[in-house]
Amino acid sequence: MSQSINKSPVISKHEDERLSLKPYVYGYIISLVLTATAYLSVRHHAASTTVLVGLVVILALTQFIVQVFYFLHLGKETKPRWKLYIFFLMVSIVLIIVFGSIWIINNLNSRMTIPQQIQYLNSQDGL
Amino acid sequence: MIYFSSILLGKLSLSAIPSDPITAGGALSMVLIAIFAFVAITYFKKWKWLWRNWLTSLDPKKIGVMYITVAVVMLLRGFADVLLLRTQQATSVGASHGILDANHFQQIFTAHGTIMIFFVAMGIMFGLINLILPVQLGARDVAFPFLNSISFWLFTAGMLLINFSLVVGQFSAAGWLAYPPLSELHFSPGVGVDYWIWSLQIAGVGSLLSGINFIATILKERAPGMTLMKMPMFAWSVLGSMSLVIFAFPILTVTLTLLALDRTFGMHFFTASGGGNMMMYVNLIWAWGHPEVYILILPAFGIFSEVVATFSRKSLFGYTSMVVAIWAIVILSFTVWLHHFFTMGAGSDVNAFFGIMTMIIAIPTGVKIFNWLFTMYQGRIRLNTPMMWFLGFVVLFTIGGMAGVLMAVPPVDFQLHNSLFLVAHFHMMIVGGVLFGYFAGLSYWLPKVLGFKLKENLGRYAFWCWFLGFTLAFTPLYILGLMGATRRLNHYDASTGWQPLFITAGIGALIIGAGLCFQILQLIISIKDRKQNLDKTGDPWNGRTLEWSILSPMPFYNFAVIPTVADRDPFWISKHPKASSQALEIVKPTQAIKYSDITLPKNSGAGLIIAGFAFLFGFAMIWHIVWLGVVGLLGVIVTIIIRSTNDDTEYTIPASEVEIIDNKFRSQTKARA
Amino acid sequence: MAENTLVVNEKVQLEYDGDNKVFLGFWIYIMTDCVLFASLFAVYAVLHGNTFGGPSASEIFNLPYVMIETLLLLTSSFTCGLAMISLQNRQAAKVRLFFIITFILGLSFLVMEIKEFHHLTTIGDSWTRSGFLSSYFTLVGTHGLHISVGLIWMAVMIFRIKKTKLTHANIRRMKMLALFWHFLDVIWIFIFSLVYLFGVLNK
Repeated sequence: MSQSINKSPVISKHEDERLSLKPYVYGYIISLVLTATAYLSVRHHAASTTVLVGLVVILALTQFIVQVFYFLHLGKETKPRWKLYIFFLMVSIVLIIVFGSIWIINNLNSRMTIPQQIQYLNSQDGL
Repeated sequence: MIYFSSILLGKLSLSAIPSDPITAGGALSMVLIAIFAFVAITYFKKWKWLWRNWLTSLDPKKIGVMYITVAVVMLLRGFADVLLLRTQQATSVGASHGILDANHFQQIFTAHGTIMIFFVAMGIMFGLINLILPVQLGARDVAFPFLNSISFWLFTAGMLLINFSLVVGQFSAAGWLAYPPLSELHFSPGVGVDYWIWSLQIAGVGSLLSGINFIATILKERAPGMTLMKMPMFAWSVLGSMSLVIFAFPILTVTLTLLALDRTFGMHFFTASGGGNMMMYVNLIWAWGHPEVYILILPAFGIFSEVVATFSRKSLFGYTSMVVAIWAIVILSFTVWLHHFFTMGAGSDVNAFFGIMTMIIAIPTGVKIFNWLFTMYQGRIRLNTPMMWFLGFVVLFTIGGMAGVLMAVPPVDFQLHNSLFLVAHFHMMIVGGVLFGYFAGLSYWLPKVLGFKLKENLGRYAFWCWFLGFTLAFTPLYILGLMGATRRLNHYDASTGWQPLFITAGIGALIIGAGLCFQILQLIISIKDRKQNLDKTGDPWNGRTLEWSILSPMPFYNFAVIPTVADRDPFWISKHPKASSQALEIVKPTQAIKYSDITLPKNSGAGLIIAGFAFLFGFAMIWHIVWLGVVGLLGVIVTIIIRSTNDDTEYTIPASEVEIIDNKFRSQTKARA
Repeated sequence: MAENTLVVNEKVQLEYDGDNKVFLGFWIYIMTDCVLFASLFAVYAVLHGNTFGGPSASEIFNLPYVMIETLLLLTSSFTCGLAMISLQNRQAAKVRLFFIITFILGLSFLVMEIKEFHHLTTIGDSWTRSGFLSSYFTLVGTHGLHISVGLIWMAVMIFRIKKTKLTHANIRRMKMLALFWHFLDVIWIFIFSLVYLFGVLNK
C-alpha cells in the first residue's frame, strides 16, 4: 500500500457520510406536508377526536422517522452501527419510562383519590 | 415564592452557622481538618506540585486516585453517621431519648444515605474504572480526557456542597431520596433540601459525562485485535453499567430540577395543592433509583470476574453467558422500579407485573454467581485478600438477594416495606455486594497503582472485621423487621423488647469500624514498609489481563508500544503461548522493541475552573443570591468557550524519547530487584 | 488500486478516527437528552389535566401562532442542512451565510416563544398557577433553553469562521452543532403534536 501525500488534508475520502442536497429537500418538503396536514386537520376539526388523535400520532411518528433519516442521517453509517444500536436502545427505554409512568400514575390516580378511598373503606366495613 | 432578604447575600446570614453542640462540633472538626491540610501543603511548599501533578492532570490514573481519595474521606464521614445512628437506636428506649434530637437524627440518616451512594460508591467506582479500564483495553487514556477531568471536578464540587451544608446552613432531613411533600418548601422551609438537590445535580452531571466517556472509550479505544468478545469481563461490566448511567441519570436531572422549581419558583409538580402529584416524584426518582443500584453492582460483578479467574488460576467460566447476563440485567433493570413503592396504592395488575419482573432479574445474577463458582471448581485457588472479599460477598449477597426476591412478592412487601428487614436487605446488597466488590478491586489493583504490595495479614483482619461485624450489625435488623420495627426510628418503647437487638447491631458497627481502622493501618504500614514489598515485575498475582503486563506503578503512557491482542486473557496467553489460538504480539522485554511517537493530552485547569463556577452556581441557587448565580453560569459558559479556542491541547513524545523513558523504567525496576 | 487511490496519510487517518470518536460521543449525549425530554413529556402527560381551576390547554394555546413557530424552526433545520452541504464543499462564506439565516430563524422562534410565555404570565396564568402550567412551561421552556444554547453556539461559530476559517476543529464543531440543531427540531415535532395539537383536541 503506497503512501501518497494527501494534498488537501482536510478532505478525507474516508468520510462516513457524503451529504447531498436531495435528502435535505425531501426531508424538508415531506415534513412541511406532514406538519400542515396535522395542523389543518386539527384546526378545522376534520374528523372525530379519536381519529384526529390517531392521525396526529401517526403524522408525528412519520415526521420523526423522516427527520431522523434525512436530517440526522441515521442508518447511513458504516459498520459497526453503534449510533443505530444506541438509538434503538434509547427508544426502547423511552417507551418503557413514558408509557410505564403513564400506566402507573393513572392506576394510582384512579385508586388513590379521596372519594375512591372512602368508597373502598365503606365496602370493607372500615379498617 | 422567592424571598430576598438582601441583594448581596440572598438568604444568607450569620444564623446559618450552626450553634448546637453536635453539629457545631462536626462543622468545626471539618473546618479544622481543611485548614490543617491547607497549612501543611503551604508549609511543605507543595502547591505547585499539587497543581501540576494532580489537580490539572488529565491522566486517568491520577484522576482515579483523586476519585478514590475523595470517596474514602466521604466514607469516613458516612461511617461517623453510622456510629451516631447506631448509638441513638441502641440507647433511645423508653425514658431515654438517646443522644440526638429528632431533627438531627433525620439529617444524619439523610446524610448517611446520600453520602454513601453518591460520593462513596460512585466515587470508588469511577476511580477504579479510571485507573484500570484504559489499561485493560490496551489503551493509553479514555476517549475524552478533558471531559474526564470535568466529571471528576463536578463530582468534587458536589462533595464540597454537601460538606458545606454542615458549616453554613443545614442539610436535608427528608431522607436520601427527599420524597415530597416533606421535601417541598412548606414542610422543609430551610436550605437543607436545596443543598441536597444541588449537590446531587452537579455531581450527577459529572456522572452522566463519565457514562458517555467510558462507553466511547470501550467502543473506540480498544487495542488492535481486541474484539468486544475478547475484552476482559470488567470492561463488559463497565459497558453495561455506563449504558445504565446514560439512560438513568437524565431522569434524576429532571426530577431534581422539578423539585427545585417547586421550591424556588413556586411551581406545582409535586406540591400537595395546586395540581401537583406527589406520587409522580416517587415514580420518577425510582425510575432512576433502581438502575442506579445496578450501575453500582455491575462493576463489582466485573471485578469479581477478574479476581475469581486470577485466584483460581483458571479462565472465567461461561464468558458468553456472563455477557448475556450483563445485558439482561441492563434491560431488566428498567422494568422493575415500581417494586420500591408497591404500597403506594397501585392495583394488583401493576404490582404483579413489576413483582414478576423483579423476580426475573434475579436470574441473570444467579447465572453469574454459578459461573464464578464453576470457575473455582477444579481451579488452583489462592485465598489472598481479594478472594476473601469475594467469598464474603457470595455469602452476604446471596442471603440479602434472597430477602430481596422474598420482598418482590407484593403481599410480602406489604408487611416488610420500610421495615428494618428492607434496610438489612439493601445494606447486604450495597455493602456485601458493591462495597465488598470494590474492596476486592482495591486490594487487587492497588499494587499496580502504588508499585508495592499491601500487607496481606492486615488486609485479612480488615476483611474478617467487616464480614463478622456486618453480619452482627444486620442480622438483628432482619429479625427486628419481622417483629415490626420500621426504618428511621429515633425512639421506641421498652416493651417492644427490641433494645438487645439494637445493641447487638451497634456492636457490629463497632467491629466494622475496627475493620476500617485495619484498612487505614494497612495503607499506612504498607507505605512505610514499601521498600520490602516492591512489585518488581508488575505482575504480583500471576494475572491474566493486560494491566499486569506493564510495570508497577504504571508508566504515565501505560504502554510504550500498544499491544496487539488475539485472545481473551492476552497476558496469560503471552505467559503460556501454547494456550493461544493465534500467535500473539505482546513483546517480551528481551526482544527488540519498535517504538513510535506517543501523543498525550496536556494538563488543563479548565475542568477545575468549570466545576468551581458550578459550585458557585449551586451555592447561589441554594441561598437565592442572584448575582452569584449569574456569575456562576456565565463562568461555566465562558470557560467552555475559552477552552474551545485552545488548539494546543496535546503534546507528542518522539519515539526516540519513548525508548529512553521506557528503558529507564525497566532499569529502575531491575535495580529494585 | 482503484478504490484506494487516495491514500490518506497517517495524520489524517488519526484525525478521522479522532473525529469519529467525538461524533459518537456527541451522539450518545443527544441520546441522553432524548431521555431527559422523555421524562418531561411523561410529567406533562401526567399533569396536563391538573388545571386546578385555572385555564386548560385548549384555552391558552393559539394554534396559528404555534404553526408559525413550527415553520420557522423547521425551515431553520433545513437551512442548517444547507450549511452542512456548503461545509462539505469547504465554502466558508456560504457556511456563514446559511448559519446566519438559521440563527435569524431560530432567534425569531425563540422571541415568539418568549412573547407567548410573557403574555401568559401577565394575564396571571404563569407556572405557579397549576400543575398543568408548571409542566407546560417547563417542557416547552427546556426546549427553549436548548434553543438558546444552540444560538449561542451558533453565534460563536459564525464569529469564529470569520476569524479562523474552516479549520479541522471548527468543521467538527459545526457538524456537532448541526446535529444538535436538527435534534431540537425533532423534539419540537413531539411538542407541536403532543402538547399543542392534543391540547386543542381535548376541549
